[in-house]
Amino acid sequence: MKLYQKTVFELSRLMSSREVSSVEVTQSFLDRIEEVEPFVRAFITHTPAMALETASLVDRKRSNGEKLQPLAGVPLAIKDNISTEGLRTTCASKILENYIPPYDATVVEIIKKTGMPLLGKTNMDEFAMGSSTENSAFFTTRNPWDLEKVPGGSSGGSAVAVSTGMAPLALGSDTGGSIRQPASFCGLYGLRPTYGRISRYGLIAFASSLDQIGPFAMNPADCAMLLGLLAGHDPRDSTSYPEKAPDYLSAMENRNDKLKIGILKHNSENGFDPEVKDAVNRMAGLLEKEGFTIDQVELPRTDYGLGAYYLIAPSEASSNLGRYDGVRYGYNGGGDNLENMFSRTRGAGFGPEVKRRIMIGTYALSAGYYDAYYLKAMKVRTLIRQDYKEAFKKFDLIIGPATPTPAFRIGEKADDPLEMYLSDVCNITDALAGVPSLSAPAGMHSNGTPLGLQLTAPPFCEGRLFNVANYIYRNRDPQLPERPAVRFPEGGAE
Amino acid sequence: MEYEVVIGLEIHLELQTQSKLFCSCSTSFGKEPNTNCCPVCLGLPGSLPVFNRKAIELAVTAALALSSEVQLSSRFDRKNYHYPDLPKAYQVSQYEKPVALGGCLKLEIDNEPKLVNLERVHLEEEAGKLIHSGVSILGSDYSLVDYNRAGIPLLEIVTKPDLCSGREARLFLEELRMMLLYSGASDCKMEEGSLRCDANISLRPRGSEVLGTKAEVKNMNSFRAVEMALNYEAERQRQILVSGGSIIQQTCHWDEEEKITIPLRSKEGSSDYRYFPEPDLLPLLLEEKEIRKLKAGLPESPAERRLRLREEYGLGKREVSLFTANRSLGDYFEKVGLKYKDYGNLARWIQGDYLYQLRETGKSEDALEPDKFVELLVLLDNGDINRSVAKELLAEMMISGESPSRLVSEKGLKQISGQDQLLPLVEKVIAENPDAVNNYLSGKEKALKFLMGKVMAQSGGRADPGEVNKLLKNKIVE
Amino acid sequence: MAIDFSKDVEHVAKLARLELTTEEKEKMAGQLSDILDTARRIQELNTDAVEPTSHVIEFPATMRDDLVGESLTLNRVLQNAPMREKDFFRVPGIAKNGNDEQ
Ligand SMILES: [Mg+2]
Ligand SMILES: [Zn+2]
Repeated sequence: MKLYQKTVFELSRLMSSREVSSVEVTQSFLDRIEEVEPFVRAFITHTPAMALETASLVDRKRSNGEKLQPLAGVPLAIKDNISTEGLRTTCASKILENYIPPYDATVVEIIKKTGMPLLGKTNMDEFAMGSSTENSAFFTTRNPWDLEKVPGGSSGGSAVAVSTGMAPLALGSDTGGSIRQPASFCGLYGLRPTYGRISRYGLIAFASSLDQIGPFAMNPADCAMLLGLLAGHDPRDSTSYPEKAPDYLSAMENRNDKLKIGILKHNSENGFDPEVKDAVNRMAGLLEKEGFTIDQVELPRTDYGLGAYYLIAPSEASSNLGRYDGVRYGYNGGGDNLENMFSRTRGAGFGPEVKRRIMIGTYALSAGYYDAYYLKAMKVRTLIRQDYKEAFKKFDLIIGPATPTPAFRIGEKADDPLEMYLSDVCNITDALAGVPSLSAPAGMHSNGTPLGLQLTAPPFCEGRLFNVANYIYRNRDPQLPERPAVRFPEGGAE
Repeated sequence: MEYEVVIGLEIHLELQTQSKLFCSCSTSFGKEPNTNCCPVCLGLPGSLPVFNRKAIELAVTAALALSSEVQLSSRFDRKNYHYPDLPKAYQVSQYEKPVALGGCLKLEIDNEPKLVNLERVHLEEEAGKLIHSGVSILGSDYSLVDYNRAGIPLLEIVTKPDLCSGREARLFLEELRMMLLYSGASDCKMEEGSLRCDANISLRPRGSEVLGTKAEVKNMNSFRAVEMALNYEAERQRQILVSGGSIIQQTCHWDEEEKITIPLRSKEGSSDYRYFPEPDLLPLLLEEKEIRKLKAGLPESPAERRLRLREEYGLGKREVSLFTANRSLGDYFEKVGLKYKDYGNLARWIQGDYLYQLRETGKSEDALEPDKFVELLVLLDNGDINRSVAKELLAEMMISGESPSRLVSEKGLKQISGQDQLLPLVEKVIAENPDAVNNYLSGKEKALKFLMGKVMAQSGGRADPGEVNKLLKNKIVE
Repeated sequence: MAIDFSKDVEHVAKLARLELTTEEKEKMAGQLSDILDTARRIQELNTDAVEPTSHVIEFPATMRDDLVGESLTLNRVLQNAPMREKDFFRVPGIAKNGNDEQ
């Protein structure tokens, strides 16, 4: 078994016992990137030199006998909407193509302090708006299980990097499913933490009341380790939860057999692939066998989640993206006066999906429409939260499909925004409610790509998600491959 | 038809914090461009705001000073518009739920009380500064942007349309400025832009309840400019109405050079700020306890001070207003007054010679040790020195800080009094100036002054002038 | 009754400062009408006595003390500026008739 195939837990053990060095570990992932990246294209920016520098620094510290964090020396990839000082951060947008942040996001600061080598910045839908990574202004990332299919999005690059072994861990961001949906399409674990659990400082905003940074990993323990490192109070983020993070890893080990799990009953399953439902039921059966109580749960008003989300998120986005005007940073479209410089910069700098959302958001907030659209959506959000509160009085956890279908073909939904939006339908309401939600592999679709189960817990109960997900992980079908086979076409993908 | 003028003001003032409202950049004035900037106040992608506790306390303090009702729960909203001085393309402000509602300010105008009601008080962030290549915004080929000011905490105070003239507006602003200075919330320096005022002004037939179409007047950079601009604008509107025209709603700039208001643009169908609650900031929740504490810590208000100066010290209107407007001079008066009870005399000295000396020397209001001031006044009261010597001594004490008694004995400045010493001088002067004596006898009062001057000169300025006066008269008549 | 966004495209694009081609405008009008039609389904829910949720957070806001910290160096402030003049960001002048804000 090569180093890149090992779990983070195992890599951490090997490095702390000094059986392998961080440079060896990092090099293994860099080699894997050389091998796989040309076919899938998960990275916007590669940082091999930086990674090796961090790795050798960690190795030196270790040989000096310094006490290091468990994740020290473990490399990772970061979505390109998380600010990295001195390193281009593009949001996969032409408007930020050459933007170099003069500061680090709080999570990046933590990662640097811990000594985690940065392998690169991953591809995404422009400004995290999309569900296929096709909206990147630069190129489309491919699903490693089937190169003709999308990896999901918006954090597609991060999901692909981890599922192919190009990175043991990656960070994504989830506004309405952007971690969980690609995790499901690529067959790995992806967590959207409780809103406020991980600092948003330095995460380039899409929709501020919904955005959360979260980890991708190949198993619940690795995921728990990375969350544990990043979760905590940040005085630079007013919406950051003031309490310290618990030890998720040990919480995961505690057996919680008496937990009551609600299996989500969807009011309408229009457009749901039948195999998705089977997969969820199979997982429910597995958990029942493990001693969990399973019953049906309803979130009656979550049907309205999609409508509320596609008003709230674009509204906030229209405001958050106002700052890209060609004055302080980013692309400048020219123009002989202020007005046309603004309009040209934004008209030429943003891609079609970003412009659509800015238009919807601007409209929904504008005079005469605010009450009927934005305000109404915020009230619906209240009702959806109430549904969750009610459900969590009876259940400790809710499970359901992570996506209505497995990965779809590249280009299939590119011209139909509404169809594309529907692929997040399972993920959106958790985001509106601000609750933590994890996507876990739940077997394969007959088309050869993975399916995902979504587990949702009450606020700040991420430990419970890992705990239950670990049963699923331990009971995974040994017949099924954990990672896509590297049988890429001769001569490359494009 | 007779028209009455209706004016409402919107005042923006910078709160006196060390750091900005949402980041830790310095608020200091006059720094090199773009050096007080960080990811937050530059609106860099990914940056987030965090409340400055002090700014909130100062806003509450100011609101309390203005009797505005502080809200236990208020909220920040985004006001969205595109302008290069606004780094995020939205201003974080308070729209629906401001930090304080209502309030009022009592004025006295021409001996009549006047109550000006406030609409609201809210907190928001300052924008950056634009420097235009040409003389004004319009017609400039390009502009330069400095974001040092961006993010400084601003308090916005909105009055009800309770003012009736440019003069009233100025008097209101003067009183408001004093209130806020007293509360410690702002240094209110108009010249540094830390206090700015925009006005809404309209006319209506006298007696009418309905408000007319208003114009918004901006760019008034002094209280005097406010008065002139509003009087000008009122007259402009009156002429339009009188000649049968109608007012269009618009924004005008006050042109300080030409002393006219210039319509900037039509307001119709323009701004749509798309306000919505700022998702990056949680609601601002205040506790009654905190508010009570800030209220208890409020210093005396100008009105309270005026009352106290009048009642405690029996001061007249002029002195009361001087010692209120010039707070540290008033404080100094009170400090000296602890040991010198002839408050009227003290007040005269402080607003007269002392203030003159302060201006001459450029020293601060408490430049002279109060005890020394008392000593000087007592020397004068006891007849140990005369008035002109006292004035000279004061000037000298301001520089050297010497004790007046010591100066008197060192320089031999003790007053000369008593017949024994003064009579020989008086007789000598009478003998040497027969013309003046005759003039006086023929009824010319001026001649006596001349003779007095001669005697004082003979005494080296030390003679007791009252006594000299008496002796001269007696001797001449003899 | 379906929403027809086409009459709003121009105005909204201007508010948002987005220059759109005629083709973009046409395409957008159709797509946005569809999206808004779907979103509008939330009108079915009765929300008469419902407070809006702008934050899902139930703890008080973080505050900081009024202490001056480090600002960025001038070079870092200006390192991404598309147009710079001396120590300032530079922007073109305002069109004589274009401005309707501030
Ligand atoms: Mg304002
Ligand atoms: Zn700053």
